[in-house]
Amino acid sequence: MKINDFKQLDGFYLDVLREVGNIGAGNAATALAKLIKKKVIMDVPNVKIMEFKEVSELMESAEKLVIGVLIKILGDLPGYILFIMEYKTARLLVDTLIEIAQNPEVASGEFSELEISAIKEVGNIVAGSYLSALSTLTGLKVQTSVPSIAIDMAGAILSVPAIEFGKVCDTVLYIETKFSEGTTNIKGDFILIPALESYEIIMKALGVGN
Amino acid sequence: MDNTIKVGMAELSALNHPGVLVTIGLGSCVGIALYDREKKVIGLAHAMLPSSLQIKNNTNTNKGKFADTAILELLDEMIRLGASRKNIIAKLAGGAQMFTFNDSSDIIRIGERNVIAAKEKLRELNIEIISEDTGGNYGRTIEFYSDDGRLVVKTLGLGTKEI
Repeated sequence: MKINDFKQLDGFYLDVLREVGNIGAGNAATALAKLIKKKVIMDVPNVKIMEFKEVSELMESAEKLVIGVLIKILGDLPGYILFIMEYKTARLLVDTLIEIAQNPEVASGEFSELEISAIKEVGNIVAGSYLSALSTLTGLKVQTSVPSIAIDMAGAILSVPAIEFGKVCDTVLYIETKFSEGTTNIKGDFILIPALESYEIIMKALGVGN
Repeated sequence: MDNTIKVGMAELSALNHPGVLVTIGLGSCVGIALYDREKKVIGLAHAMLPSSLQIKNNTNTNKGKFADTAILELLDEMIRLGASRKNIIAKLAGGAQMFTFNDSSDIIRIGERNVIAAKEKLRELNIEIISEDTGGNYGRTIEFYSDDGRLVVKTLGLGTKEI
């Protein structure tokens, strides 16, 4: 299948992508649970095809303060992975990791260098485990770049992957997964952003292309 | 003011006075604000990419996506609303670099390239850029007012300014 626009992806292909996302996210949730030593709940991935103007509202509000960890995917499946969390969530995650505080009331303030590194590392581990599942499933080889972090408005952060899609088509495809951790309420969105050619490669590797 | 229109990513919009055009969470995209000082017609584009000419197999018709086509389309819309070319001035915002990697890949420099492309197109059309707030590594929310053409730029953490 030659994909020029995500609008061409019908239900069957979306199901395949959802399943790929499901397995990858399962791995990622396990990795995250090990890291914070707590049970992490993962929602079934949502595969969305969106117009550009809808993208910035993905985190409820385009102006919401969020943390994005962007990792470049290199190798057979070029693309990006964006791990995005609300600021408050990242604070709780860091506090859980570094065990400074368990009280959500003190979950505020700026991140230190060490905490920024911790968030990057979480992004790295989560993205790495997602990709290793994808790699096992498809037999394709992938590597990742060093993660890059941004703390800013959701719309501004989400514009980065949207621009990447903008080069080749008029819609955006997100394989989105939500994580949550019961007691401290850690929630994150995990967005896989393959380059357009990667969809054909994934489908072919899974034997569903032609 | 009641007449407020939100301009989303890859969109553009023009209005007659009184009105406000708003773009929320502008990142690497460039916000191009045009104003007819006499007729008080305002236009705002939220362009994602520099040029429609640099894209291979460009079959899409979304003019708001590219800085070059967005400016031309915005001018047309404003003229339809009664603006005249000679009165129009421009203000620019956005074009940030949200993420940094150790290489100089396209996605990284896109903000800067968006701003350069918008400036080139405006120069070609003889439209004067009277102010700008571009670059940096942070997002912006912009509000463009028809009464005096002021462009309010809001950031998280770096305050609000008017250009």
